[in-house]
Amino acid sequence: MSNMKILMNGIIKENPTFVLLLGMCPTLGTTSSALNGMSMGLATMFVLICSNFVISALKNLIPDMVRIPAYIVVIATFVTVVQMCMEAFVPALYASLGLFIPLIVVNCIVLGRAEAFAAKNRIVPSIFDGIGMGLGFTLALTLLGAIREMLGTGKFFGFAFMPEEYGSLIFVLAPGAFIALGYLIAIVDKLRKA
Amino acid sequence: MEYILIFIAAVFVNNVVLAQFLGICPFLGVSKKVETAAGMGAAVTFVLTIATIVTFLVQKYVLDVFDLGFMQTISFILIIAALVQMVEIILKKVSPALYQALGVFLPLITTNCCILGVAILVIQKEYNLLESVVYAISTAIGFALALVIFAGIREQLAMTRVPEGMKGTPIALITAGLLAMAFMGFSGIG
Amino acid sequence: MLLSLTIICLAAGAILAGVNMYTTGPIAASKAAALQNAIRQVVPEFDNNPTEEAYKAPTSEGDSLTIYPAMKDGKFVGAAVESNTKKGFGGEIKVIAGFDPQGKLINYSVLQHSETPGLGSKMQEWFRTDKNKQSIIGRSLSNGGLSVTKDGGDVDAITAATISSRAFLDAVNRAYSAYKGGADSTSGATTKIKEEEGGDK
Repeated sequence: MSNMKILMNGIIKENPTFVLLLGMCPTLGTTSSALNGMSMGLATMFVLICSNFVISALKNLIPDMVRIPAYIVVIATFVTVVQMCMEAFVPALYASLGLFIPLIVVNCIVLGRAEAFAAKNRIVPSIFDGIGMGLGFTLALTLLGAIREMLGTGKFFGFAFMPEEYGSLIFVLAPGAFIALGYLIAIVDKLRKA
Repeated sequence: MEYILIFIAAVFVNNVVLAQFLGICPFLGVSKKVETAAGMGAAVTFVLTIATIVTFLVQKYVLDVFDLGFMQTISFILIIAALVQMVEIILKKVSPALYQALGVFLPLITTNCCILGVAILVIQKEYNLLESVVYAISTAIGFALALVIFAGIREQLAMTRVPEGMKGTPIALITAGLLAMAFMGFSGIG
Repeated sequence: MLLSLTIICLAAGAILAGVNMYTTGPIAASKAAALQNAIRQVVPEFDNNPTEEAYKAPTSEGDSLTIYPAMKDGKFVGAAVESNTKKGFGGEIKVIAGFDPQGKLINYSVLQHSETPGLGSKMQEWFRTDKNKQSIIGRSLSNGGLSVTKDGGDVDAITAATISSRAFLDAVNRAYSAYKGGADSTSGATTKIKEEEGGDK
């Protein structure tokens, strides 16, 4: 499989959110606006690329028995790096994503790709897999965030395009997250099959 | 009184699944039958309570003392993973019946983000040990409650005609949305 | 087996210690800058360094809050009080409120909250918007605390977010209580509050 194919695989064919249904917690929890969704996606993508790279590089050095704890340590390290850098340089964003940054550790996508792809493949394809999956996740989160923000507040990336009174607040709140994602998955499913 | 407030807030008002979006994976994954949902709920309650106590003590007596705050995420997740393994082994030896009931769910719990989430939240909220335990148990009960109700609805849903394109995950998510809306009604309490 | 896991853990620890050393400075700096900005926002112009002259003052509830006094040409012009409440809908709310020497609220700023986006989170703007009885800017708290109209007070709560509104006002009231209580312990330039304080007694 060429690297380009691996890349597209993550974005479309095996999109982690719409097809594999992995990492649902941040998908629902951080998409109250397009910007939040995109930032969460990018933070996850960074962790995914780094952990895929390191795990793929170390795969022959890690004994099979302890591979899961070893992967977890690698992932948690990168998550903490992201966490500290965000707190230092983009404190406002860090505050709005809050708990979901450390929770990237238990995002099934990251550990899932480590086990299913990086542990079996060479370094370069693993990096491309990380980029592809990360982009797929980022796109999904940005899309869901944009839809919720537009329906809920009448804004797009913070720019108001209609008066706030017309927004239906429910889409910014918890129920709207579930419902919007439900419809989005149904639509994506339909498009993929067509 | 304070403990009752923490309890009601964690179970109903700020339900861990329906308002805080933690533990969505098992919420969608093991909610096809009420029985398995109840089993999962019980396993989470068990692990969450123990994990919160252990991580709380580690934070207070190891990380804070040696100024190792930056190791929080790593140490918590390793503790949770090890704890789940230990609970599994001990349960197997001590109570085979309970192991029979909860065993299959235990490995899934490590990556349930509500465990790590609650462990970090009680530190952020600056609860003391007793408050943390109450919060952990209430959160777990909230999780179990949402899971069992959701499973009940999905059992009914399996017998109804759902439009082709909405079958499976989409209708489950929309149902969860309606359930979340119902739980929003609790927000007047407290 | 254990050896390799130990090595990985040690390497991880070393990397994190390094990143931690590198980011501690910026994190502290950005926090200090945020606090400075918040203080500047809620008190009149000053020429001292409020964060250095900060002191703790007790509230009527027994705990204590940090007060940042603002001076201009050696005269006390107001103080910013960093207050908090645990009565919020989503947990703790931290606000900073500025009072002038007469005990009037100059301005406020929400430092941290976990209220519902789109509802409770509106408090940053809501209570300073001059519409109906929303705004609390310029109100004097010396005749008792603020409360929402639902509780018999005269402040309009945020639509559909009464709990957040109550919590917010609670934080402001606590700030005032500490401001008033702490006025005794300040010296010299705060004579004006002392008079107020004396008049009340």
